[in-house]
Amino acid sequence: MSNDPVDILIIGAGASGAALAWTLAETRMRIVCLEQGDWLNPAEYPSAGKDWESRQYSDFSISPNQRKRITDYPVNDQDSPISVANFNGVGGSTILYAGHYPRFHPSDFRVKTLDNVADDWPLDYTDLEPYYAENDKMMGVSGLAGDPAYPPKPAVMPPLPLGKSGQVLGKGFNAMGWHWWPSDSAIASTTYDGRDKCANLGACTVGCAQGAKASSDITYWPHAIRAGVEVRTRCRVREISVNENDMASGVTYYDVDGNEHFQAAEVVVLACNGVGTPRILLNSVSNRFPNGLANRNGLVGKNLMFHPYASIQGIFDQPLDGYMGPGNCIWSQQFYETDRSRDFVRGFTYEITRGRGPVATALTGMFSGRIPWGEEHHQRYRELFNQITGMVAICEDLPEPHNTVSLDPELKDSDGIPAPKITYKLSDNSRRMLDYAVDRGVEILEAAGATDVMTEAPIAVGGWHLMGTTRMGVDPEHSVVNEWGRSHDVRNLFVVDGSIFVTSAGVNPTRTIQALSLYIGDTMKKRLTTLFD
Amino acid sequence: MSNEETLLASDLPLSEPQREILRTLIGSIIPASRDYGAPGADDPLIFKDILVTARSYTDMFEAGLEDIDQQAIRDHDGVGFAALSETDRRAMAEHLSRTLNPFLRTLVSITAQCYYRDDRVMQTLGMEPRPPFPKGFTIEEGDWTLLEPVRRRGKLYRDVDG
Repeated sequence: MSNDPVDILIIGAGASGAALAWTLAETRMRIVCLEQGDWLNPAEYPSAGKDWESRQYSDFSISPNQRKRITDYPVNDQDSPISVANFNGVGGSTILYAGHYPRFHPSDFRVKTLDNVADDWPLDYTDLEPYYAENDKMMGVSGLAGDPAYPPKPAVMPPLPLGKSGQVLGKGFNAMGWHWWPSDSAIASTTYDGRDKCANLGACTVGCAQGAKASSDITYWPHAIRAGVEVRTRCRVREISVNENDMASGVTYYDVDGNEHFQAAEVVVLACNGVGTPRILLNSVSNRFPNGLANRNGLVGKNLMFHPYASIQGIFDQPLDGYMGPGNCIWSQQFYETDRSRDFVRGFTYEITRGRGPVATALTGMFSGRIPWGEEHHQRYRELFNQITGMVAICEDLPEPHNTVSLDPELKDSDGIPAPKITYKLSDNSRRMLDYAVDRGVEILEAAGATDVMTEAPIAVGGWHLMGTTRMGVDPEHSVVNEWGRSHDVRNLFVVDGSIFVTSAGVNPTRTIQALSLYIGDTMKKRLTTLFD
Repeated sequence: MSNEETLLASDLPLSEPQREILRTLIGSIIPASRDYGAPGADDPLIFKDILVTARSYTDMFEAGLEDIDQQAIRDHDGVGFAALSETDRRAMAEHLSRTLNPFLRTLVSITAQCYYRDDRVMQTLGMEPRPPFPKGFTIEEGDWTLLEPVRRRGKLYRDVDG
């Protein structure tokens, strides 16, 4: 391993870092990616064992605080009703994501103009459209063309099966006269780019042993590495250094044995998600940047957005898909756009969660009082087993400066690097949107024939989407990076992850994160001779 | 040598009296069912799995089981939980199930995790006793004509120009 200077240094090998590495590889520059986690071995994923559900509570938990791998860093999220979910390793959180893969809508980039809230983005849907298309091919997206909730977009592969659950709920939406459509999914429904098609394992969120789910370790990275990019695992970055010209000079990191290294670089790119990226910037304190790198306007770590989630699940008196099949199924965007007759602005997407495994069924029933202790346990359990389906509502979260990522004064990771602290308050708008989503969701489930409905809002462990903490914009006073991801303060420092989102939309962010990363990479390529001007 | 001694490694957590309280408690949570041909959570194999899984919660389990035993001794003239009559044990279990503290939530979670991955239990549910991978499962394609009403209603997304 050489620490000779490199042209491009990417921190983080997740969704965005992989996409950027791949698109920049054709430049033949020397590109190195530092990743604090490991390569994952799909043969060791939980779905290869009968204890696959249990491992969601240990080494494959979505919570770094529960998972406690040596490759994780702790997060103090005690001051938030929603806790952080992530994964650290090559592929990042795409290892554990469900693969729900919606695009943003044209309106999502224009919320100030349309609804007089938050800010417009410095780019729009048409700017990103070719990068969405390129990313769709690289990741392999299943879906059905013609969704009336979107401008026309092609489907790379056929949709995942409706199954029993999708049919029951589709009928429920039809009974209400509301929109639904097969979900766009980053899951291969046919063999694709060396990946096998989905085998309906039912365990997407603990890593896909089949390789059908498009985690970036098996999509972008093999192509990027073949093109010459180097990935160094178990390298945890502590801070980015700057020179007297306010240019990044490289990063200090710890290797697997805790040895400290300095890696010099011409360009440094952060791809560490909406918590990891501000953490590194805030840890990068110097005389020139006493409040953290790229933070002269104090916005690094501000405007943290999650997506507040509601869960609405119905119990039916007929067999459904249960533990089988990908969780992804259908979605509805009936309530996506602002409707002034409601008591909130913006909106949400319903994503149908097909069913649940035997352990999750037991815990759902026992913790909600529906399955008692004792002799009745068995009969009541069987009234729920394979008979639960429903949805989550993923609500647009608006940026608010008091929702923050800062540095915890005491908590540190295993290398002694200060850990992030989350301070987050659910807004009144989000609370009202969640309530509305629960009420409409109950109506849908009852129309579909549910005999009993269970709800939770917000989902306390649902901090999957981490956005907004180094927002993009043309005005250096009100944004951290410019309209193509370059820091206003440090002209060879870029951010390509969800931190740069101006608003969150009401959909999962990964497809847009990756399209943005490709867009930024393409802009860098076009400006190579004037990149730092 | 008892069955338990045969089954349990010497480094399993908890003292023998604590293990007996635990065995009795999880048998109260999920007892065997003759109707469904299902073992109870106190079945030796499942119990061993629970003990192994609970290793990382040893302190919590020791304290939680001690609390339950002391509660039984207080309320039943010095009789510990494992020695209660079936009627008294059921009544106490019913009370515990309505007042789930962090220990009991963890216990219920671990019990369910271990119980519902047991081959015999999976078979009583009509499942093949195997992991999801590599064989996977079959999902029916479904009736795509259900989308016709959605198609007929037409464009839903919001224009941003004009």
